[in-house]
Amino acid sequence: MPGMSVEVMRGLIARRKRWDIIFSIIGLFAMLGGVVTLVALIAAMAIDGLPRISWDFFTSFPSRHAAKAGILSAWVGTTLVMMVTVLSAVPLGVAAGVYLEEYATKNWMTDLIEINVTNLAGVPSIVYGLLALGLFVYQLDLGQSILAAGLTLAILILPVVIVATREAIRSIPGTIREGAFALGATKWQTVSQHVLPYSTAGILTGVIIGLSRAIGETAPLITIGALTYIAFLPDTPFKGEFPYVSFDWLTSAFTVMPIQMFNWVSRPQEEFHYNAAAAGLVLIVMTLIMNALAIYIRYHFRKRIKW
Amino acid sequence: MTEHLKSSRFAHRRMRHVRERIIESLLFLAAFSSVAITVAIVVILVRESLGFFEHVSIIDFLTDTQWTPLFDDAHYGIMPLVAGTLVTAGVALAVAIPLGTIIAIYLSEFAPHRVREVVKPVLELLDGIPTVVYGYFALLFVTPLLQYFFPELPGFNMLSAGLVMGVMIIPYVSSISEDAMRAVPMHIREGSYAMGATRFQTALRVVTPAAFSGIAAAYILGISRAIGETMIVAVAAGMQPNLTWNPMEPAATITAYIVQVSLGDLPHGSLGYQTIFVAGLTLLLMTLVFNIAGHWLRRRFREVY
Repeated sequence: MPGMSVEVMRGLIARRKRWDIIFSIIGLFAMLGGVVTLVALIAAMAIDGLPRISWDFFTSFPSRHAAKAGILSAWVGTTLVMMVTVLSAVPLGVAAGVYLEEYATKNWMTDLIEINVTNLAGVPSIVYGLLALGLFVYQLDLGQSILAAGLTLAILILPVVIVATREAIRSIPGTIREGAFALGATKWQTVSQHVLPYSTAGILTGVIIGLSRAIGETAPLITIGALTYIAFLPDTPFKGEFPYVSFDWLTSAFTVMPIQMFNWVSRPQEEFHYNAAAAGLVLIVMTLIMNALAIYIRYHFRKRIKW
Repeated sequence: MTEHLKSSRFAHRRMRHVRERIIESLLFLAAFSSVAITVAIVVILVRESLGFFEHVSIIDFLTDTQWTPLFDDAHYGIMPLVAGTLVTAGVALAVAIPLGTIIAIYLSEFAPHRVREVVKPVLELLDGIPTVVYGYFALLFVTPLLQYFFPELPGFNMLSAGLVMGVMIIPYVSSISEDAMRAVPMHIREGSYAMGATRFQTALRVVTPAAFSGIAAAYILGISRAIGETMIVAVAAGMQPNLTWNPMEPAATITAYIVQVSLGDLPHGSLGYQTIFVAGLTLLLMTLVFNIAGHWLRRRFREVY
C-alpha cells in the first residue's frame, strides 16, 4: 500500500495472523466444552449409579423401597416395544425408500411425499405422542398397550429408515440394474435380488441409529399413557404347548427404561436418584453399543464392497 | 411352436405384469403413508382443538396471562407456556448457536483431518444420549453447580434446563453448518488467499457468507429441536406455568405441560384432555413459523456457483 512503511505493514500482517491462532484456540475450547460435558455427564451417572448396578437390579420389579427396586419390567417392556417398532417400521420404511428411489417418477405426488418425509423428521416427538393418543389409543382402541407404543415409535423413526434406505440404494451403481434388466429380470426381481441385498448394510445402519433414538424416547410414550409403576411382566410371546406363540403381550400395559428413570428422577428422595442414575447408565451403555454397532457395520461393509 | 404353448407363455407374461403392478402399488402405499401420517396429525390436533374452542374463546386463549385448566378457577391463557418454551429455547440457542458455529468453522477451515475424524463422531454422541438422561444431568448436576455461583437459584429453573439443552443441540448446528461450509468450492477460498487474506479472514468473510443458507438451515433445525424438547424441561425446569422472561425462575413449557397432564389420569374427551391437543397444536404452529422463516432465509441467501 502506498505511503505505508514496511514496519506498519508487517505489524498489520502479524496482527491478522495472530487472529488465526486466537481463533484456533477458541475453536479448541468450544469443542472441549462439548466433550467435557459428555464426560461429566457419563461420570455423574457412573458415580451415582454404578454402586446400584447388580444382578438384582436387573431382576427386580420397581418397589417403594429404593434399595430393593429394579428395572425388570422396564427392560422387558423396552425389548417388547422395540420388537413391535422394528417389525413395523422396517418393512414400511424400506418399502417407501425403494418406491421413492426405484419406482417414483418425477411428478407432484412424488414431490408431496418427499416434502412430507422431510417435514416429519422435524416434528417434535411429543406431537407424535398426541397423534398416537388420539389415533391408536382411542380411535383404533388399542389402549395403552405395547402395540400402541411400538407403533408410535415406529412412526417416529420412519423418516430415519426411509432416508437411510434411499441413501443406501442410491449408492448402488446403475450398471448393476442394467445387468439384471439385460438378462430379462423384471423391475421387482432386480430390486429384490440385487438392489436390496447390496444395500442391506446401509439400511441396517439406519435402522440401528433409528432404534437407538427410539430406545431413549420418553415423551411420546408418556403421552399415550405408559404407566410408571409396573410390577408384573407381560404374557410371554412363546409357549410350551400348542400353538406355541401368543400375542397377548401386545395388549399388555407396560413401562420402558426411560420412563422408569423419569419416575425415579422426579421423586424427592435421594435414594431413588441413585436408581435413576443406574437406569440412566444402562440406557447410555445401550445407546453407545448401538451406535458403535452402526459405525462398525458401516465401516466393515464399506471396506468389503468394491464396485 | 403350438398354439397351446404360445398362449401359456402369454399367460405367464400377463401374470408377471400383474404381479409387478401389484408390488408397485404396495410400495407406493408405503411411501404414501408419510402423507397419511401428516394428515392424521393435523386432523387429530385440529379436531380436539375445535372441541376446546367451543368452550374457551380464542381471545382468552391468546390474552389471558394464566394457564390453570385443571384448577377450579380455570384460566386458559397459553402465554405462560409459550413464554416458558421461548425462554428455555432462547437459553439453549444462546449456547448452541455460537458454540456450534465456532466448532463448525474450526472443523471445516482450521482443524487437521485427524482431529475432525475423531471429534465429529464424539460430538454426535451428544445427540445420541436419551434426553431423560440430560434431564437428570440438568437437575442433579448442573443446577447444584449453578447454585454454587447463584445461591438464590431455585431447584427447578429454566437456566440449567436451557444450558443442558443447548449442549445437546450443538452437534445439530455444528454438523450441518460444517457440511454447508465444506460444500463451498475450494477455488473461492483460493481466490481469497491469493488476495492475501488470512485463514480467519477467509473463514469469516468468504466461506461463512457463502455457506449462509446451509448455516441458516442448521439454526432452524436447532430452534425446532429446542422448542419441541420435552424431557429436559419436564425434569429440570419445573411444571408450574409461570409467565416470566427470567430464566432463573422455574416455569413449565408447552411440552412439560403435556407430560404433566399425561402422567395423571384425565378422562378421554374432557376439556382437560383437549387442552393437551391445543398445546400440541400451538407447538406445531410455532415450529412451522420458524421453518417457514428458515425457508425464506435460505432462499434469500442462497449462493449459486
